[in-house]
Amino acid sequence: MKAFQLTRASDSAYAIAAAAKATTAQQGAEIRFIAGGTTLLDLMKLNVEQPETLIDISRLPFDQIDESADGGLTIGSNVRNSDLAHHSAVKRDYAVLSEALLSGASAQLRNMATTAGNLLQRTRCMYFRATDMACNKRDPGSGCAAIDGANRSLAILGTSRHCIATNPSDMNVALAALEATIHLRGTSGERSVPIGDFHLLPGNTPERETVLKPGDLITHVTLPPPPKGSRSLYLKLRDRASYEFALASAAIVITVAKGKVTHARIALGGVGTKPWRSTEAEATLEGQLATEETFRKAAEGALRDAKPQSQNGFKVELAKRCLIHALMLATQPPKE
Amino acid sequence: MPAKKKSKSPLGIKTPRVDGPLKVSGLAQYASDFHFPGTLYAVPVEATIANGRLAKLDTAAAEKMPGVRAVFHRQNIGKIFRAVKGEGMEGIIDERRPPFDDDVIRYYGQYIALAVADTFETAKAAAGVVRATYRQKKPNVATDLQADDDPAKVNTSFGPMARLESERGNAKSAFTKAAVKIDHTYVTPLVTHNPIELQGATAMWDGDRVTIYEESQGIFNMRSVLAQMFGLPKENVRIITKFVGSGFGSKLWPWTHCILAVAAARELGAPVKLVISRKMMFQTVGHRPRTQQRVRLGATKTGKLVSLQHDYVYSKSILDDYQEDCGEATAFHYSVPNLRVEFGRAKRHTGSPTPMRGPGAVPGFYATESALNELAAALELDPVKLRILNEPKKDESLDQPFSSRHLLKCFAVGAKRFGWAKRKPAVGAMKRDGLVLGWGMAGCAWTAGRFPAEVNLRLRDDGTVRVACGTQDIGTGTYTILAQLAAEKTGVPLDKVEVALGDTSLPEGPVSGGSMVTGSLIPAVYSAAEKMCEALFKIAVNTPGSPFEKQKPDQLSFSDGRVFAKKGGPAKGVPFRDLLSRANVHYVAGSGKAGGTSSEENPKVSMNSYGCHFVEVTWQPAIAQLRVSRVVTVIDAGRIINPLAGRNQIEGAVVMGIGMALLEETEYDPRNGAPINSNLADYMVAVNADVPPIDVTFLDYPDKAVNELGARGIGEIGLAGIAAAITDATYHATGVRVRELPIKIEDLLTSSILR
Repeated sequence: MKAFQLTRASDSAYAIAAAAKATTAQQGAEIRFIAGGTTLLDLMKLNVEQPETLIDISRLPFDQIDESADGGLTIGSNVRNSDLAHHSAVKRDYAVLSEALLSGASAQLRNMATTAGNLLQRTRCMYFRATDMACNKRDPGSGCAAIDGANRSLAILGTSRHCIATNPSDMNVALAALEATIHLRGTSGERSVPIGDFHLLPGNTPERETVLKPGDLITHVTLPPPPKGSRSLYLKLRDRASYEFALASAAIVITVAKGKVTHARIALGGVGTKPWRSTEAEATLEGQLATEETFRKAAEGALRDAKPQSQNGFKVELAKRCLIHALMLATQPPKE
Repeated sequence: MPAKKKSKSPLGIKTPRVDGPLKVSGLAQYASDFHFPGTLYAVPVEATIANGRLAKLDTAAAEKMPGVRAVFHRQNIGKIFRAVKGEGMEGIIDERRPPFDDDVIRYYGQYIALAVADTFETAKAAAGVVRATYRQKKPNVATDLQADDDPAKVNTSFGPMARLESERGNAKSAFTKAAVKIDHTYVTPLVTHNPIELQGATAMWDGDRVTIYEESQGIFNMRSVLAQMFGLPKENVRIITKFVGSGFGSKLWPWTHCILAVAAARELGAPVKLVISRKMMFQTVGHRPRTQQRVRLGATKTGKLVSLQHDYVYSKSILDDYQEDCGEATAFHYSVPNLRVEFGRAKRHTGSPTPMRGPGAVPGFYATESALNELAAALELDPVKLRILNEPKKDESLDQPFSSRHLLKCFAVGAKRFGWAKRKPAVGAMKRDGLVLGWGMAGCAWTAGRFPAEVNLRLRDDGTVRVACGTQDIGTGTYTILAQLAAEKTGVPLDKVEVALGDTSLPEGPVSGGSMVTGSLIPAVYSAAEKMCEALFKIAVNTPGSPFEKQKPDQLSFSDGRVFAKKGGPAKGVPFRDLLSRANVHYVAGSGKAGGTSSEENPKVSMNSYGCHFVEVTWQPAIAQLRVSRVVTVIDAGRIINPLAGRNQIEGAVVMGIGMALLEETEYDPRNGAPINSNLADYMVAVNADVPPIDVTFLDYPDKAVNELGARGIGEIGLAGIAAAITDATYHATGVRVRELPIKIEDLLTSSILR
């Protein structure tokens, strides 16, 4: 860990101006915002992140959850994961988000981690964290040790020959299925980015993970109102029962009327280099009978482009079973 | 004053930890909690190759950092001798090469330099900027093991050993002729102990004396090793280990970081604290080696074993002679006329293995009990019945009777508590709540014995008792056991007993290993109590005005905290504190010594503990999810002194067994030889959510061959056999026979049980 300077932002203008001096907001940033610190401090101890300056934004007033007039939800970027997961409106209208959050990390980590921090959670690829091994994400151009190495937990969708690192977040998968919008404030004012455009595919530049530019500060996340009559859920599969990143997960928002799927939003976790919204699965489902056969076709569609590596071929089948089972659960008659 | 009724014996009573309040309040001082004025902090520099030579080391940038006191390496660490193995528990160290002894790198993470600074943060930053240049060769961390030592006899940590470990009859020919044959190879991965408390040492010199705070499972062996390596008389070295945040074997013998801390403190003339990182815990403080075990069973059509061959290979480091005795129990556990147990080792570019909870027997029983389960399936015979059919009447390898063996009773009790009679043997035949159930079972054993031990017992004039022994409490409850034993022998309640341990200035105690501490302490406490009574009686008869003044010591007796004349009976007893006060004596003491069983010539009985596990797993094919849902374990470990701590030991072992069967594996990257999952997120152990209801029963048959109370050890046996029970339950649920641990989701996705 390198010595660094810590400053505390009194308002967002200060934070934005201070962070705008960095040359990048991506891997290698000299200036980083810190709130919960659950990812950043860990990576700093490993020398994977070596910022010169940390700007503490944890006291900025972005810690509220508000129900908007249209029935949607506004989530402040500093809202702690545990507060979000247990919020009554989230549990009522966005069960998939609450379930995803509670399936992640541990209670202690969820008490510290924030909404924006979770959006920016870094991969758990073991080579990203091992500074004596090649990693294009950590050290652009050095190569990818994972492709010929221990890749059991890594991605099968959205990979490139430069990077196969998985986006590890559970929350992001739920936000993708919920069609969340990320709201930013930067040096040139405010803008909003749909969750699907927020994270980038690795391509040739795996060190770039999001659209964030120096000085960009995430202020809040908005969710549209839940589709009428919809149900949502999150299903996460892993080796042990708790405290492990997903090998495969599925976030579902689905509406069934008269036995047919009228609306479906599907995202997969644990398998993609970014939170993996599957429009193929959605298109296969919508207008069809809500049966296991339909769900199987949707799962086949979602995984059609999967590119397994030496150790993670099983994820193709596991992700399919995960999605099918999640759809079965979400379309069962409600319990009395 | 009439004597009170004799209080109930504290032995065999569920006794909460006497050190519990200290632990939950944070007052218990673990080794790295000790702070001294002027302490410097050391952080080692790790080699980032696993095979080759260190060509150049650039320490300039580190040395220039403000607050850095020194960067040590081969040229400036000073003289460190090599320790040699002595008698008994002396001079044992698994990585015998002193740190920085040469330029050869033999495993990833080998220490090549040591940064010492005013603060931990500075030392870590300094270690991070030391630049090493290597002449690198390809490391061998291959998982396929072939024995690469040819001689019939090989050196091990405990002396030379024949590679043909045990033989009777003609196993090969009997196997060839057998009606039913099983021939499979079972693999256990290299796994890492991972106690939560990181290893570390604080070393402090005073002239030619050195004190080391280190979380050791064997302080006296550590003292003998460090005395040798630093050229000191033993009495000039003091090791203090008040509490240990678990060890599982990784803290049995000293490791290189401790030696570096002592050397740095010597060179700098200041206390030096060196606590290693979690990553280093995977590299330099041992692991359970990988094992590859071929088991061949030959049986009659009715299930009587006629031949057992157990051939195993395990991995070890390049230089060291570690022994993983997978065949330890094979030769005595089953009745079979023809048997052959053979082993070999395969050198790998890893740090040295070291004993891990149930060394040898845990991987060994996984293999032999798995093979037995496969034989039961081949014979379409209940696996419990198969074991009953092959239960030995004596130890056939030693041709001696067992001191006390109630394995069949374990099976009977376990089967009843589990409901084994309802088992439907066909794969996938049992269901509950939409889940497929799998049932499996296995037996286990663990060798019993005693190490030499010395205990000092004191009665004090304030009515309290102090019991002292230089053994360790590694979290298993030794403080409490000693308090119970002292309370039993003195009649003083537990809260008036002070227990001192974990210090080489105390009488020499046993290593906390081999599940032998309790068994070793009992005769020493009993002998100390006798001596203490002799001293007390002398005072009773010699003190003017004492009610026993005119009597002879041998006319007196002591029980329930009172001295009394044998003739008069305990009712007229006098509390010992009254006698001590009258004599103006602060305390009377007795020291008791008891020998170890390994030094007993021609032992006449085979002493072991036994047990069995019955396991239920649930299989949810829709999401390929297998979970352990129920475990029933029955243990025959002689008399149980503290059933609360005892059950805790077995439960902990079962949880570790779930990790062994389903989760744990240290993965080495073949390119640089690094253990790549060297943290507790990527190296998976079972978490609370994985722990099912665990039903533990102790049979409680005292084994007086071991000690006066008949107590054998319980720390390790619970981990033996559990993995074989889980893999068999997994087969029963899924039809997938996994012979390489851990069982993974990818193995189970091939299951044909889909509903």
